[in-house]
Amino acid sequence: MDREQMALLKEIMEVGFLLVETNLYLDTHPEDEKALRLHNTYSQRYDELTSLYEARYGLLTFTGKSGCPWSYINGPWPWEVNFDI
Amino acid sequence: MWIYEKRLQYPVRVDTTNPTLAAMIIEQFGGADGELSAGIRYLTQRWTMPTNQAKALLTDIGTEELAHWEIIGTLVWKLVKDATIDQIKGTPFEAHFVNHGKSPFPHNAAGDAWSAKFINSKGDPIADLHEDMAAEQKARATYEWLIKISDDPGVTDTLRFLREREIVHFQRFGEALMIVQEELNRKKYY
Repeated sequence: MDREQMALLKEIMEVGFLLVETNLYLDTHPEDEKALRLHNTYSQRYDELTSLYEARYGLLTFTGKSGCPWSYINGPWPWEVNFDI
Repeated sequence: MWIYEKRLQYPVRVDTTNPTLAAMIIEQFGGADGELSAGIRYLTQRWTMPTNQAKALLTDIGTEELAHWEIIGTLVWKLVKDATIDQIKGTPFEAHFVNHGKSPFPHNAAGDAWSAKFINSKGDPIADLHEDMAAEQKARATYEWLIKISDDPGVTDTLRFLREREIVHFQRFGEALMIVQEELNRKKYY
């Protein structure tokens, strides 16, 4: 994995984590409009980032569209990623 | 229904091969208060939750715990993948190695296999949410003991993240408990 792919993956991980936090918070505060705005803004950002990543480096989830060959199987798998680069 | 996202929730960095530390961290892979117990516990308790908030929270925290289980498995794997036989012999990982090689396996640091006996689902939301809050505190305590024995900065960073998550989950379960109590009280007519 080169630096460019790592930078994009890390941004997906950061925005993905923000969405985990807004998700859990909204589960018990479903009427918090400020949290909802934050969630919706970053939901859109997450879609943009994952679309870009999947087009360049292969699918993150099997529901996406792939060229030939099937890009979902591309390495490295999550437990093989070297985060030190 | 679940869908796999092909990425970790948090980066896993391991600075030095360390089979002994791997054998201790496996406590959170297959121990009583580990991530597998947490995930199966919360996902199993969903059917009898009375409010939508609690149904959603158990689903989402249960799912996050499976992502944490993957992080722990990755920590264990990265700590042992480059280990030579000489680096394994004489360490607490040796007993694991003769059964499982370098594969993570859901047992605790003492080698006892994971069991559904570690968890419960009472069919009673008040009892279940109290168990869940206690489970988060027990997992937080385990992470604190692990952080004390870790001498690997990369591993410690990941363990600190996981410890923080226990605190957030405890907070959210406490909120769900209050919502459920309110709902159950509302339904009583005297």
